[in-house]
Amino acid sequence: MAMQFMLLFSRQGKLRLQKWYVPLSDKEKKKITRELVQTVLARKPKMCSFLEWRDLKIVYKRYASLYFCCAIEDQDNELITLEIIHRYVELLDKYFGSVCELDIIFNFEKAYFILDEFLLGGEVQETSKKNVLKAIEQADLLQENRIRITARVSMGGLRKNLY
Amino acid sequence: MSDIVERTLTALPGLFLQSQPGGGPAAAKTPFSSRLGGLVRGVTALSSKHEEEKLIQQELSSLKATVSAPTTTLKMMKECMVRLMYCEMLGYDASFGYIHAIKLAQQGNLLEKRVGYLAVSLFLHESHELLLLLVNTVVKDLQSTNLVEVCMALTIVSQIFPREMIPAVLPLIEDKLQHSKEIIRRKAVLALYKFHLIAPNQVQHIHIKFRKALCDRDVGVMAASLHIYLRMIKENSSGYKDLTGSFVTILKQVVGGKLPVDFNYHSVPAPWLQIQLLRILGLLGKDDQRTSELMYDVLDESLRRAELNHNVTYAILFECVHTVYSIYPKSELLEKAAKCIGKFVLSPKINLKYLGLKALTCVVQQDPSLALQHQMTIIECLDHPDPIIKRETLELLYRITNSQNVTVIVQKMLEYLHQSKEEYIIVNLVGKIAELAEKYAPDNVWFIQTMNAVFSVGGDVMHPDIPSNFLRLLAEGFDDEMEEQQLRLYAVQSYLSLLDMENVFYPQKFLQVMSWVLGEYSYLLDTEKPEDVIKRLYKLLMSDSISSETKAWLIAAVTKLTAQAQASDTVERVIQEFTVSLDTCIRQHTFELKHLRENVEVMKSLLPVNKSCEDMVVDASLSFLDGYVAEGLSQGAAPYKPHHQRQEEKLSQEKVLNFEPYGLSFSSSGFTGRQSPAGISLGSDISGNSAEAGLKETNSLKLEGVKKLWGKEGYLPQKESAAGDGAEAPPLPPEVSPSENIDQAAAKRTQAQVLAPSKEEKEKQLLASSLFVGLGSESTVSLLGKPDVISHKFRRKSKVKAAKSGEAASTHNLTCSSLNSLSHVAYEENDYLTALQDGEDTESKDLPLGPELSDSESLSELPLAEKVSDCSLSALSLFADSDMEIFQPPSSAAASLTRDIASASCFLEETAGDMCSGRMEVCSDETVSVSSYKLWKDDCLLMVWSVTSKSGSQLKGADLDIFPAQNFKISEQRGCCLPVMEAGSTKNFQYSLQMEKPFTEENLSGFVNYQMVDTHSVQLEFSVNLSLLDFIRPLKISTEDFGKLWLSFANDVKQNIKISEPQAALPSALKMLQQKLRLHVVDIQGNEGLLACRLLPSTSSLLHCRVHADGLALWFRSSCPALPDYLSYQCQKVMMVGPGI
Repeated sequence: MAMQFMLLFSRQGKLRLQKWYVPLSDKEKKKITRELVQTVLARKPKMCSFLEWRDLKIVYKRYASLYFCCAIEDQDNELITLEIIHRYVELLDKYFGSVCELDIIFNFEKAYFILDEFLLGGEVQETSKKNVLKAIEQADLLQENRIRITARVSMGGLRKNLY
Repeated sequence: MSDIVERTLTALPGLFLQSQPGGGPAAAKTPFSSRLGGLVRGVTALSSKHEEEKLIQQELSSLKATVSAPTTTLKMMKECMVRLMYCEMLGYDASFGYIHAIKLAQQGNLLEKRVGYLAVSLFLHESHELLLLLVNTVVKDLQSTNLVEVCMALTIVSQIFPREMIPAVLPLIEDKLQHSKEIIRRKAVLALYKFHLIAPNQVQHIHIKFRKALCDRDVGVMAASLHIYLRMIKENSSGYKDLTGSFVTILKQVVGGKLPVDFNYHSVPAPWLQIQLLRILGLLGKDDQRTSELMYDVLDESLRRAELNHNVTYAILFECVHTVYSIYPKSELLEKAAKCIGKFVLSPKINLKYLGLKALTCVVQQDPSLALQHQMTIIECLDHPDPIIKRETLELLYRITNSQNVTVIVQKMLEYLHQSKEEYIIVNLVGKIAELAEKYAPDNVWFIQTMNAVFSVGGDVMHPDIPSNFLRLLAEGFDDEMEEQQLRLYAVQSYLSLLDMENVFYPQKFLQVMSWVLGEYSYLLDTEKPEDVIKRLYKLLMSDSISSETKAWLIAAVTKLTAQAQASDTVERVIQEFTVSLDTCIRQHTFELKHLRENVEVMKSLLPVNKSCEDMVVDASLSFLDGYVAEGLSQGAAPYKPHHQRQEEKLSQEKVLNFEPYGLSFSSSGFTGRQSPAGISLGSDISGNSAEAGLKETNSLKLEGVKKLWGKEGYLPQKESAAGDGAEAPPLPPEVSPSENIDQAAAKRTQAQVLAPSKEEKEKQLLASSLFVGLGSESTVSLLGKPDVISHKFRRKSKVKAAKSGEAASTHNLTCSSLNSLSHVAYEENDYLTALQDGEDTESKDLPLGPELSDSESLSELPLAEKVSDCSLSALSLFADSDMEIFQPPSSAAASLTRDIASASCFLEETAGDMCSGRMEVCSDETVSVSSYKLWKDDCLLMVWSVTSKSGSQLKGADLDIFPAQNFKISEQRGCCLPVMEAGSTKNFQYSLQMEKPFTEENLSGFVNYQMVDTHSVQLEFSVNLSLLDFIRPLKISTEDFGKLWLSFANDVKQNIKISEPQAALPSALKMLQQKLRLHVVDIQGNEGLLACRLLPSTSSLLHCRVHADGLALWFRSSCPALPDYLSYQCQKVMMVGPGI
């Protein structure tokens, strides 16, 4: 049931977030990332959101310019994994307020914090959106000036470079 | 426009309500975070990987300086960690910062700590040594009064924690289960789940607390506990059946919408929870009608409620279907579930279609009619542009393959195979094709061509069993000898034409298969001489692309062919070329060839034609070396000690507990040291697959009707089969009466389908009928008329069948043994026989228990034996018959013998049901004789010694003592001392014995002290031999229990035993095992038998035995590591002696 790992990468194949729930060597991780990014990016938009890869199932979904990609075991439920991805995106969106790739690039540690409140050790920890965000807020409140990079105006030029 | 689209997430309507507290301009950011920003921007601006590398290396070195500088504040450190994480994500090594991440988690304030913990969780893995440094911090934070700190600590523990340090935090985390905050309780449960995963026995004692968590008033905590339950139930579902009711109740509440709205997800109540519960129920209800009945209602409701057209409801439905099919079936639910599967399969959404196929694949074996219902959809999916859909469809087809649709299905699989590049898929698919081909092949040509494709594509990545099984099938043949020859001939021809093609490279494994087949079966050709084949092999040998392993195979083939060829220049060249090879193995083989060539007669007898399956008689005792050994010994060489003995000695020298007490066994059992069990098994292994023994007439062969079906471009199955069809017969109309042609015709139709898209629909139907033929009722496959069952082509000979899975002789052995065995052959038969006979003789002497044991044992196990009341006499008389040499009654014993009989029968009456051995004198002097016998009681071995006065006068003060022995637990049974007989002239002593530690044979010694009326006390020493068999009792269990036990035992020994008449072997072998080893025959299925026994007091051991062509494959399992070895040794002993003795 447990998720094996989760990867977020851009349309250009740049890794934005990686969370490994199974112990793997760095070399192995790099290899997997490289192969998966390649495979997923090569898929056509109308194709199935699931992939068989080695003995794992890959469930992926594209949100705007970002690909969310999870690995589960063969007997796991692919559809609910898609909903896990979706719920995570909802959480990010709620937290950042209409999240975009830049939010995740510049605040990736926040994205990790949210992920850790939602999934723990590869299992869904809390399914209530309200509770997850409450936990994050609590930890955040301790921070006097929350740093947020949402300066979209000033980044208009940068975005072109990013993609 | 695209800008907006990119920026916002498409699928999130209604989530934008909460506007952002306006993000400040970039300039307002703190200098620290701007560093990360700067880094990100810098990296993004670069155009080449090389520049990125340079920039990151720069960044890393500056970070390295910063983190190690003493002036760096924790705040700066936190920022550095974020940048380090970024660098690691890009794939650069930042290991210098790991220790600082731990420090940050330890020393920082809350925010810094949080980043420190995050960095640790990203940088380190479970067994990283630095992780130990974190334990203290975690312990401290777990005790903190600040909830956020406790949360952080629990979060990190649930992600990574060193297993060996669990005891340090376990009590703290257990306490947290009672915490007032639900978030803490929830995280504590998940931390314990993590512990359960990495060290299950450490949390066993708190299982009761998990139950509390399951009943927690907070839904989140309850849901978290389900992770643990799912895992535990997966491991052992029977332990949690009592919770079924609770799970059903929870699911009912969830489905009924009784949970807080917070847990809804797109207005579906707690889908994750539902799915978790459904999985648990599926596991609990599996094969358990009573438990399943509890959940029928709620499953029905779940199926009914999940109607909303949203992905998440489909996720729940899918899980429901899965559960319905895994629990004890209920037709009503199955019907609904089948309907659901239909919804999935027919959905236009590709994800749902995929899951529909997956569900079909799962259930199709239970319900093949479902596949028939959806055959048209399946056909469509077969040509789906998305490879994953295709693959799942093939998986589905693989499960419904039968002899009628195999050609079409295999062809589809081959098409897919040719397109895929990923190794994992290739290995998997190739294995399936090979399996189907062997099982259902309609004819020789098809089979060889399919296997050619398998070998060319699967090549060196495929599972080694595939070529091995293929060669075995060729070698062992099947029922129809004509067919068998045709198959071999066709293989030879097809390989020759493959080798004739220029510039085509085949995988090494394929070449090895070819060279073996050519070496063995080229003689079937009448158009080509062996010389021609040798030439081709020579050409291959000289090629650069051939590995040295393949070369060894090739030379083996050349050697075999040389025996059939007249003088050949090519062989001469091979010899010249390879006697100087740098590879010692090749050189050795070439030298063997060279020397064999000098003696044609020997060569022909060594390498007979078509004898790869004949038994090879191997002198397992290596008796031909006796002279050499004797010479060596006489010159002062140390005698050979087998491996286990050396090990034992080494162990005993090291004063370590000896777990393999073979010790005395071999010297006393009549085997010489070199004839250890290992040696025997080696012998039988070799005999199983070597080639050269005996001579037999070979059948002549027919070549007519065999065509070359190989084009110049290499192997192209579609093309060829099309060409083949075209050449052989006009296209068959679809109404053709069913025959072997059905499949060819069907295959043809599939091709036609590709060619003529205008008739697509019709073609699809044709394909469908060819695919789904043989499934379900006949009416559904009307297009082909009545489906006829085509018999399996390669129905293996019965004896061969068994060989398939067992003692998988590697293909390498096939050649190597044929070469290696050259050296043994000369000494074979006569020596072997004498050795065996010697073995038997000594065996019968040294195993005094054998015969009596068998007969008396038969009383309890075999209904055909005499009644218990007859036992005393028959046991004794048999015993007297066969063991005269050992049991020699003392001169004045005529009278005492009758007494013995009387007393023995008296004992037997008392211990009715228990078996006893014959009485045996263990020591005597002028006045007394001490004899003993064994009583195999159900719970122990009872040794009875009786001291009898020969003169009949009164025994006074006779006493018996047993020397303590390390392997036994001995207790005297005074309480039930047998009545003194014959006016005290006999005194009995009983000792019950238990085995402490397994052994093969062991001596038990003691002494008797007695005093006659008129003399002083005399001491007499004696010893008796005890065997493992004395402590083996039948274990009466059912086949089902056997299966369960089998899986639970880890200690495993496999053994092949050669027996004389394999046909009738099983019954006699089982009988022998039952009689001589006291194994209980649990079940007999075909050529396999299941036996079980227990070693007193309660160590059980299981035996699975299977008869195959060359003998008996034994497979032991037990909970005790040493027991299988001992038992297998005992089995060998009784089997080698044979039933007649």
